[in-house]
Amino acid sequence: MEISLLTKILFSLLGLFIVFNYGLLQAGVMRKIVARVAGRYGIPIYQPYIDLIKNYSKRTQITHGVMFYLGPVFRFSGGIGLFFFIPMIYGSVYWQNFSFSGDIILLMYFQFFGMLGMALGAGEGGQPNSIIGISRGLAQFTAVEVPFTLAIISIAVQYDTLSVYDIVAAQQGGIQNWTLFTNPFAVIAGMFAFLGLMRHAPFNVVMAPQEIPIGPPTEYHSTYLGMLQSNRVVLHIVEAVLFMNLFFGGATSWLELIIKSFFIYFITVFIGVVFPRYRVDHTVRWFLKIPLVFGILAVLFV
Amino acid sequence: MSGLDDLKKKMVTGPDGEQFEVNPINDYYCSKKPEVTTPAHPYIEKFFNWARANSLWVLGWGTGCGSIELPPLTTPRFDMYRYGVQMRPTPRQACVFIISGYLAVKTLKRVIRAYEQMQGPKFVIALGSCTINGGMYYDSYNTINRLDYYMPVDVYIAGCMPRPEAILSGFVALKKRIKEGKGEGANEYAEKFEWYKANQKKIIKQWDMPDYNW
Repeated sequence: MEISLLTKILFSLLGLFIVFNYGLLQAGVMRKIVARVAGRYGIPIYQPYIDLIKNYSKRTQITHGVMFYLGPVFRFSGGIGLFFFIPMIYGSVYWQNFSFSGDIILLMYFQFFGMLGMALGAGEGGQPNSIIGISRGLAQFTAVEVPFTLAIISIAVQYDTLSVYDIVAAQQGGIQNWTLFTNPFAVIAGMFAFLGLMRHAPFNVVMAPQEIPIGPPTEYHSTYLGMLQSNRVVLHIVEAVLFMNLFFGGATSWLELIIKSFFIYFITVFIGVVFPRYRVDHTVRWFLKIPLVFGILAVLFV
Repeated sequence: MSGLDDLKKKMVTGPDGEQFEVNPINDYYCSKKPEVTTPAHPYIEKFFNWARANSLWVLGWGTGCGSIELPPLTTPRFDMYRYGVQMRPTPRQACVFIISGYLAVKTLKRVIRAYEQMQGPKFVIALGSCTINGGMYYDSYNTINRLDYYMPVDVYIAGCMPRPEAILSGFVALKKRIKEGKGEGANEYAEKFEWYKANQKKIIKQWDMPDYNW
């Protein structure tokens, strides 16, 4: 069944709206869980909404130049771009967004795109902490990409396709067809990379918001910060959905998508609560040891 | 005085060998004065104020001994997160500045810089007796006695030291004030800028920074 371009655009925007709100609520729920683990009462789960409104309602803001302005815009378009090329619901013509054959290459590019935009913007901000933060961020991201790319190569060879939709299609028909069981090494390497991508502890020194070097967004405030926050919530969900599609059999309804992506995201929060942080240089070395070995095994055993 | 020397005009040689003059105060800083910002439509502003009151981001910087009372706020016993209060490490993102206790003249300079870098609307909580009348340091040669000569203060929390419970009640008082639309410290600072600047310059002898730090 073919649908018109306009319908497609409208459904994509509706999907973005759903993902945005789900992301905000999920961020609140996860922070509440972390607080309860720490023995605190924690924030109200709608706190991310309030923070967002607060940041967008700031009366003053200053800019350090055009690239400073474009940094959050690039980051946000990276997140939205990632969303627009991921098929959300398997088997539904309406929720495929703009996925096409070979979209996985584009998705990997979009993951990096936002980071590069932030690097340019944070660089123009002139704040030393943000420049240190972004160079750490890029170093960590590059290390994370290695096992992630190996996992993708492994899956691409296994299913003989570069289309996320086809990968999901190949995993239908029961839990035993998931990549999780057909190619466990790729899933292990991929999930290690996922921990690094989501920037939760133990790999969140780059963004650690309670520390003096807050990282790339040190100089970002008001609407800029609001934009970065908006990107963050969308990106978290979209990354979880991507990994769900690649490794955990995709979703055939929104309910399944929400349950699966919640638990995939929860893995990172769980590990973050249990384990202490790595320093960035340790992170890079760690990613180039254990996850890399699993990635190579995944490619060899396909 | 090396700090002052860095701010003097100097000739710099570029990578291509060309010479150009650098005047740090003019070139590295914007000397534009703060402007009074007009609130949005009353109904929208009410909604915004509700959001501002429920999302107080505190600049994580202790200026005096009172800062020892701030870390317990993040612990399970006091847990300020449930009031929407969070710590931010950078003045750009923070909207509440807690002046915790006595304020040395040396620190005042940094406080002014940090306060001016915060984006409006911004609020100041003065913690401890020292910020009200100097407290036990009232006759010290090196601390200020009244904070509101140097920046507009929204809430005072008296005591030496105030307990974390007192700080939480201070946050509640600040929220009430913001919701009533009285949290206009940033505008007040812009309106009486000359007066505040004169007071600040009276006490800070070595003024080696621009008049307004964006």
